[in-house]
Amino acid sequence: MKARVTVTLRNGVLDPQGKAIANALAALGIAGVDDVRQGKFIEVSIAETDPARARDVVERMCRELLANPVIENYRYELEGA
Amino acid sequence: MRASVIVFPGSNCDRDAAVALESVTGAAPRMVWHGDSDLPRSDLIVLPGGFSYGDYLRSGAMAARAPIMRAVVEAARKGAAILGICNGFQILTETGLLPGVLMRNASLKFVCKDVHVRLESTATAVTSALSVGQVLTLPIAHKDGNYFADEETLDRLEGEGQIAFRYCEADGAATWAANPNGSLRNIAGIHDTSGRVVGMMPHPERAADLLLGSIDGRSLFESAVASLH
Repeated sequence: MKARVTVTLRNGVLDPQGKAIANALAALGIAGVDDVRQGKFIEVSIAETDPARARDVVERMCRELLANPVIENYRYELEGA
Repeated sequence: MRASVIVFPGSNCDRDAAVALESVTGAAPRMVWHGDSDLPRSDLIVLPGGFSYGDYLRSGAMAARAPIMRAVVEAARKGAAILGICNGFQILTETGLLPGVLMRNASLKFVCKDVHVRLESTATAVTSALSVGQVLTLPIAHKDGNYFADEETLDRLEGEGQIAFRYCEADGAATWAANPNGSLRNIAGIHDTSGRVVGMMPHPERAADLLLGSIDGRSLFESAVASLH
């Protein structure tokens, strides 16, 4: 089973990289960009086939390593669940 | 004072820290590999600067989960002093021994220069021999040094006197202009409630020998020797 994990910065946390991307988009003449927030996408293949147990495993991964709860939120979807 | 320096793959200030420690203690510190699970008995444990595990995922994130860190956390709980410098500070926040996080510099640039920092707390082994308000000149060299924590945590750090150093002007004024990385409230270093765990972005070990241009950093190691001998 595959877990697709998305890690994003929490609201209120400044994202200078997102801001730099927004500036670059404006420099390209792409108008209408209000805001850019940059995050991470992590794909994890896991042996677990039971969706409920897979969720437990992925939750633990996210909480203990993939995201830093001080500044980041996470969400994920399971492929094949 | 028995000192240990933890060596992670990608650490690059471990030997500088060892030289600085040996120059004040007269004995070479123990160099402990990240994959070890046992720590020699230590009064002071230094987590050195560098780019442990290539800064993968987040600076310090991998190192914080290295086998040796369980022993470091345990040693801190039992009363050892821990000093995390630069990447070591990032590792300490990732382990949860210190609150907050070091984010990408506001400028998005790697900043390598000497800065002034004002000492804010003498409640730690490495600062007990210094005076509050004292201004030190120390080098910084980092891209992820932008200290962030929520307002509540920042207020608690201020209230409990856990801010160890602030970026400042030569005269000690903590201005925005003197802030090299966007750190909230000009925070350059903090300590835990016990004062045993200290994290700082500036590099005292790179200012511990006159050949390197400054010995302001040496006073931290001398302070540790005086309080932990």
